[in-house]
Amino acid sequence: MIYQGKQKIWSDYQKDIPDDHWFYVRSCIRQSFFPASEKYFLKICRDLLGKDVYETEHHTTCGGIAYHSDTIPQETAMTIVARQFALMKEAGYKNLVTSCITSFGNYTEIIETWREFPELEAKIRENLWKACRREFDIPEYVAHASDLIFKFKDEIGSLAKYHLVDGVTGEPLRVVEHIGCHYSKMFPHKGFGGAEYPCVLSGMVESWGGHVIDYPERRHCCGFGFRQYLVKANRGYSVSNTHKKFESMEPYHPDMIITNCPGCPYFLDRWQYVISEMEGKTYGQNGYGIPVFTYEEVAGLVLGFDPWDLGLQIHQVAVEPLLEKIGIPYDPKKKYLGLDGKEIMKPGLPTVLKCC
Amino acid sequence: MGKFYDELCKDYRFKEGLKTCINCGTCTAICPAAEFYRYDPRKIVDTVQRKDDAAIEALLKSETIWYCGECMSCVTRCPRKNGPGLVIMALRNLSIKLGYFTESEKGRQVYPLTKALNGNVLNYGYCVHPATFAYSDHPEAGPVFEWVLNNKEDVYGRLGANYQGKGPGVLRHIPQEDLDELKAIYDVSGGTERLELVEKYSRAKAEEMGMSIEEYTAYTFNHISPGHFNNEQ
Repeated sequence: MIYQGKQKIWSDYQKDIPDDHWFYVRSCIRQSFFPASEKYFLKICRDLLGKDVYETEHHTTCGGIAYHSDTIPQETAMTIVARQFALMKEAGYKNLVTSCITSFGNYTEIIETWREFPELEAKIRENLWKACRREFDIPEYVAHASDLIFKFKDEIGSLAKYHLVDGVTGEPLRVVEHIGCHYSKMFPHKGFGGAEYPCVLSGMVESWGGHVIDYPERRHCCGFGFRQYLVKANRGYSVSNTHKKFESMEPYHPDMIITNCPGCPYFLDRWQYVISEMEGKTYGQNGYGIPVFTYEEVAGLVLGFDPWDLGLQIHQVAVEPLLEKIGIPYDPKKKYLGLDGKEIMKPGLPTVLKCC
Repeated sequence: MGKFYDELCKDYRFKEGLKTCINCGTCTAICPAAEFYRYDPRKIVDTVQRKDDAAIEALLKSETIWYCGECMSCVTRCPRKNGPGLVIMALRNLSIKLGYFTESEKGRQVYPLTKALNGNVLNYGYCVHPATFAYSDHPEAGPVFEWVLNNKEDVYGRLGANYQGKGPGVLRHIPQEDLDELKAIYDVSGGTERLELVEKYSRAKAEEMGMSIEEYTAYTFNHISPGHFNNEQ
């Protein structure tokens, strides 16, 4: 196909990703803070879309957080990643899909660095052999898990029980999307839409009936900053950046926020709680916050899975007002049940931020 | 050419991150850290490319190289394809190798970070893990996450995790042979050497500051002195 004019320009912002057969690697943060999101990503891909997504118990972190907190040398991070690639090769896969944006950036950076400096790749091969007696192939394709949901967004939309619309008025919900810095700021051509027009989330939102809000600080970092959150003394940086985003989006009255990176939904959710405690300010209606979701949670809601099976009870910002606006049923009595329906103690309540 | 500049040139991130800076300041304009901290990536990159040993040494001992959040927003926007965030990573790496990181308050935070993150990697297979995520260190996690941490088996189990179980799944137990491979990777790739180096320099600094290593860990994790932020007098 010969692309011309605007079609050619836009082709630079697209990427073709393989249809099937993926080697899956988990995320340090997503599995700790949004465990059901990883479960439902696999369920949607395997059970609803019929895709082959393989996981081995032997894989580990990519080391990305330790690397970007400057606590391990680059060679250590590269050799950990080389081991992941070796496990993929041993399992017979060529496409790697990762649950984490920092991992996605890390894998991409490493492959690109090896391409430019082949002597470094040779050194890492030697390291891996010495340490683990393993050999690796570079993946033919590295995707972030949201890339697969984006690719199949219309199939998911065709199975939808609910849409991102107000159940009473039929108006589209007003949705803020937050991409996460390491998805496409370092290597723009690796993300859907690049760094200028990232559409991995906006594509999902529009396919499922919502309206994407554009606002001044749309591309600003959530404020994680690795050491700037992980060290308690530095968290002023983290909350200040989140505060800047919320002040910027507030006039547009968002109904919800959808996120790409595992860390961003944690910070955008929890810092709303902290801002409410520090300043008495809330950003949603009637004393509530603006609910923040992972893309797997939004896909799960659209597909009609139970909100508490999706893990929405472990968000600090209450999701019930949004569920009611869409018309998604939920049972408040089941919100804080433990394993097998066991009654366990309920969480405490914030001082200011209204919760259900 | 200065000896510190020569050392930086050995770092692949430096090779990737410093082409020719034209001092336009776009990186500073887009930088989330510069918005709040007394931090100017333009000045840092310019200092480095002047190859002045004394100026680079001052940077390696400074607070300023520790303000970056490594979001890499600067990489997207630099009109000359520099990566100021990558230059920062190379400066931090050299600061740690030379032991200069203990000369600044923000640099000394390398110690609690190194202990916590690599402890998790080597013991649990992941950089972050609920087993070591203490609510007392993370009150911002909110009452809902305090509840999660107090009911880990129930809540993670309810949400489909294989919490510390065998086989694949969310938060599974990582087999010992895999943790042993991670340790072996640290041993051959400079990771173990780095941990020992950070331990050695941090213990020496703790002694100089009249603290036990436990006091030093808590102090570097919790304490912030005035003077880091733009809005301070």
